[in-house]
Amino acid sequence: MKSLTIALNTFREAIRDRILYSLLVFALAMIGGSVILSKISVGGEAKIIKDLGLAAIGLVGMLIAVFIGVGLVHKEIERRTLYTIITKPIRRADFVLGKFLGLALTLAVNVAVMGAALLLLASAMEARLTWELLLPVTLIFIKLMVVTAIAVLFSTFSTPTLSAIFTLALVVVGSLAEDLKLFAATFGGPVLQTVVVALYLVLPNLASLDVGSAVVHGRPVPAAAAGLAAGYGFAYVAAILAGAVWIFQYRDFQ
Amino acid sequence: MVAIQTENLTKDYRAGFWRRRVRVLHDLNLEVQAGEVFGFLGPNGAGKTTTLKLLTGLIHPTTGSATVLGEPAGSVRVKARIGFLPENPSFYDYLTGAEYLDYCGALVGLPRVLRRERVRALLEQVGLSGRGALQLRKYSKGMLQRIGLAQALLNEPAIIFLDEPMSGLDPIGRKEVRDLILRLREQGRTVFFSTHIIPDVEVVCDRVGIILGGRLAAVGRVEELLASPLEQIEVTASGLSPEAAEALAARSVVPPVRGGYRILVAVKGEEGLGEILRAVLHAGGRVHSVIPHRRTLEEVFLDRIREEKR
Repeated sequence: MKSLTIALNTFREAIRDRILYSLLVFALAMIGGSVILSKISVGGEAKIIKDLGLAAIGLVGMLIAVFIGVGLVHKEIERRTLYTIITKPIRRADFVLGKFLGLALTLAVNVAVMGAALLLLASAMEARLTWELLLPVTLIFIKLMVVTAIAVLFSTFSTPTLSAIFTLALVVVGSLAEDLKLFAATFGGPVLQTVVVALYLVLPNLASLDVGSAVVHGRPVPAAAAGLAAGYGFAYVAAILAGAVWIFQYRDFQ
Repeated sequence: MVAIQTENLTKDYRAGFWRRRVRVLHDLNLEVQAGEVFGFLGPNGAGKTTTLKLLTGLIHPTTGSATVLGEPAGSVRVKARIGFLPENPSFYDYLTGAEYLDYCGALVGLPRVLRRERVRALLEQVGLSGRGALQLRKYSKGMLQRIGLAQALLNEPAIIFLDEPMSGLDPIGRKEVRDLILRLREQGRTVFFSTHIIPDVEVVCDRVGIILGGRLAAVGRVEELLASPLEQIEVTASGLSPEAAEALAARSVVPPVRGGYRILVAVKGEEGLGEILRAVLHAGGRVHSVIPHRRTLEEVFLDRIREEKR
């Protein structure tokens, strides 16, 4: 309950920040701009709009998740605004979870706005409701939750700059997780394979949440695969947040 | 009833590149009774803020323990019954004063229907009526201090911890904080506050602890710390014959000061004063002034610092 109060305040902070609007305008401009690109390409206009639109949602969502996420807890410690909050009758876990949920809510609203814009545009182009876009947009949102959780984890013990570098590094490596496994299976000996499998299990497998190109190109996405990817995402978020809470629990606020 | 108790409370910080341990608080043993106003006095860097952070659960002790209202410091149950004003407090500058207090009110568990009225009353109590709709980024330092006091009182706490509550305030603001502390005592609340400003302590505190270099140097009632064998009373008299003046001078505990007809002598204690006054009147002289020369807390404080350095 208390974490919900903190979440709503975190959301209020985000929506009073101009940066959020600049990013949102940027995303909407990118989605709108794809119409021009689709005009100068031969055939597949709607595909270009969908492709670029999903990319814009992913990119802008990622920027929000990383750059607001890495400061979420650290900024409160740095500016000492946390002193009067953490001494209220709340658990430290409430604080970390509230901060995460607040940014998750911010992202949900942003992804919803961008997703709605894309859906409208794509539907107008194809003269039918392109409801199939809902799945990739939902999975992008879950992917952004994973990124947010990682950013919050780093934010509990590191500076925003370092946290941003670590988070982005994990996102990049996480997107390549499948390739890493494939690489080891093809070329590596048993030791390398063990190491890579261990890494594969620990790293966030973000590629599994990318179904955008499959949907855009009309390849089927089995419901079980999508459900598994979503479940994996939520489990990953829970594990990372548990780590963040654990670190935060033992921290001194000097 | 004991409100605050610490047992060998010790805190080390890690500092520098090699994360060397630095002990900032050494075996603090302290007891504050419920309903007391306790002043925690010490120069900057003495360990006052560290102690307050340990008592409010912002940091964890290295060894030893701190108990507040009979439960471990920093537990949710304790936090429900305390208020805390940090040193140079900082708040969310994107919120207005009223929004901030409303948010804090929600965190202490006040239902929405009560919050509006409580926030209004508190803004008035700390002298910020009509400023509630202003964003905190536009508040002056003194106004922020007042918002800080207001948020510490939202849950009608049994114990209020104030870290340097008078710092950054003008003389009027400081008097208001002093009055507020006295009002809180009247309401039966315990106040634990740190300061390096001695006159503030002398006026409002029941008891004082002096902390120097991370160690508790003295603790006691203000009168006890003020009382000392050095206490003197200076008497200025005139109209005495040379013999009577000589006799008077012989009783003085310090070399007498003579100027024109007047003579200044000093005696110890009230008994000595009686004798001197009788002697002056008996010899047909006049008493011009009687000035008790008390040792101020400042002197006690400075003495302790000097001893510490030796």
